[in-house]
Amino acid sequence: MSTVKPLRFPLRKKEILQKRNGAAPWLVLGGMLAAVALWLFPIYIAVINAFKPEKEYVQGGVLTLPKHLEFTKIVKFWNDVDFSQKLFNSIKISLSVSIIAVVLSFLTAYAIGIGRIKGRLSILGFFMVAFTLPQEALVYPMYKMAKQLNLYDTHLGLIIIFGVMNTGFGTYMLASVLSTFPEEILESARIDGASPFKIMRSIVLPLVRPTLFVLAVMFFIYTWNEFLIPLVLLASNENQTVTLAMAVTTGQYTSDPTARAAAALVGITPSVIFFLIFQRTLMRGITVGSVK
Amino acid sequence: MSTTTVLKAKSANYTPKLIGSNRAYYLFVLPGLISFALVAGGAFLYNLYLSFTKWPGYGKPEWIGFGNYANLLKDQTFWASFLHAFEFILAMSLIPTFVGLLFAAIIYDFISRYFGQRVSTFLRISFYLPQIIALPVTGILWSWLLSPNIGAINSILRNVGLEKFALNWLGQAGSAIFALSVMMVWIQVGYTIIIFVAGMSRIDPSFDEAAQLDGATWWQRFRVITVPQVYPELSIVLLTTTVAALKVFGPVFVMTQGGPGNATQVPAMYSYFNFFSTQKVGYGAAVATVLALLLTVLAIFLLRFQRKIGASR
Repeated sequence: MSTVKPLRFPLRKKEILQKRNGAAPWLVLGGMLAAVALWLFPIYIAVINAFKPEKEYVQGGVLTLPKHLEFTKIVKFWNDVDFSQKLFNSIKISLSVSIIAVVLSFLTAYAIGIGRIKGRLSILGFFMVAFTLPQEALVYPMYKMAKQLNLYDTHLGLIIIFGVMNTGFGTYMLASVLSTFPEEILESARIDGASPFKIMRSIVLPLVRPTLFVLAVMFFIYTWNEFLIPLVLLASNENQTVTLAMAVTTGQYTSDPTARAAAALVGITPSVIFFLIFQRTLMRGITVGSVK
Repeated sequence: MSTTTVLKAKSANYTPKLIGSNRAYYLFVLPGLISFALVAGGAFLYNLYLSFTKWPGYGKPEWIGFGNYANLLKDQTFWASFLHAFEFILAMSLIPTFVGLLFAAIIYDFISRYFGQRVSTFLRISFYLPQIIALPVTGILWSWLLSPNIGAINSILRNVGLEKFALNWLGQAGSAIFALSVMMVWIQVGYTIIIFVAGMSRIDPSFDEAAQLDGATWWQRFRVITVPQVYPELSIVLLTTTVAALKVFGPVFVMTQGGPGNATQVPAMYSYFNFFSTQKVGYGAAVATVLALLLTVLAIFLLRFQRKIGASR
């Protein structure tokens, strides 16, 4: 019988390191670090130029390290786009989407994975096909529908769209996790006369709470990074999200490279901080979503 | 386990005892299903309807039957955009899969074994960073790296005396698609590494130990043990990244908007362009519908394929 698999990002548990004989391990490590340096290079360039005074940039170009640190460009970008407001908007939208999508996904997946309702295969297939659809194929109808429902240029419109759209992936992932739920526990609860709602609340929910959290983290960051639908649906400046603000304001900085770097740095920072805090959680989710 | 488990569970755990309570479970599926059908299903059907009309976005759509589809067949840009999407399979799927498999094996077999978890976690996080940076920011970073005069890449080329390779990367047809491809590899590799490292941790270590005792080299073990053992992950990664390549929009939108000319035009970008720039809404909807149908076929194939793997294991 299957058991609920703990959702842990798997790595070697024992920290018993093998002896590093000869140069081979060091060469491999060196190679990997070189690759990492290449991967981080675009971010490194943005960081060093964001703090570089205009004069040094004109003299030394993009590659030199700044001799003095200057924060004026960063402060200016923050104030120009009213970044605190954009942060608030993004947090509000992403958090609401996370909660709605997790609740909807959990309810649906519960019926499929635990309730084993008839037609669950078709339902799952429907969700799966629907989340393969390109957003671009849905964006114009969504734009028109939002206008008709007076949800154009509102956060509520975005929250509904993303909350519902993420349910496709969420159901798919949670259904696969719940279908491995130990049957004996459910069986004994049913014999005791527990209703589906009771079983959900007192047995299933407490056990899968960590998985729901993983899902919420994924939805949060995915929603944070969305820009096509916000671009089409949010017209006014004060409604913009962080990501959308990055998309629409940076065009203004083409003639001012260090300001561009500062903008990029400010734009990256929230998601990088969020990622570093939740990286284990996020990676667990990504792997569960794929095969196991 | 994904769908395979759900599918297998169908016959194995179906007991008549449950029928009585089974009906109550339908209530739980309703909120998700109805809202999803309304939002995604509604939008899709609306889009399908629009693809049979001529409409500038205001007034009443004029029904023209298959007119848009007939025009698509003759439209050079439409065919070019699909050709580019297929070319991006290389940059978004094949190369990242290969690099990810190799890097994951190195991280799992070497780095975590000789240098411990901290070093390997650092590597994974670094490679994964491009995945969590929002595309507009990625666009700023890269368009700036690639800028012909002030860009970091051309500055380096000039510093080492390779002036003649300092191209206007995004300004010319040939180099634009290449530069975009490099950026896509940069974005995608983090995803493939994570999936493959997770897959490798499933492999029974005794295989590897036995092979090592028999004197197999690392490359031999990689080919004969690691790759076949992560076959399920390999197929999922290949299929999901292929789907992602065919519907690619963001990277193209933030870097080239399909240009110069139509050199990097892709179907999703082309339909967006018709929707919002030229106001040929019906035509854009037709492009989107063709793309959606193609992806649906792929998704069904993906579902089938996954089931087959599940059955054979």
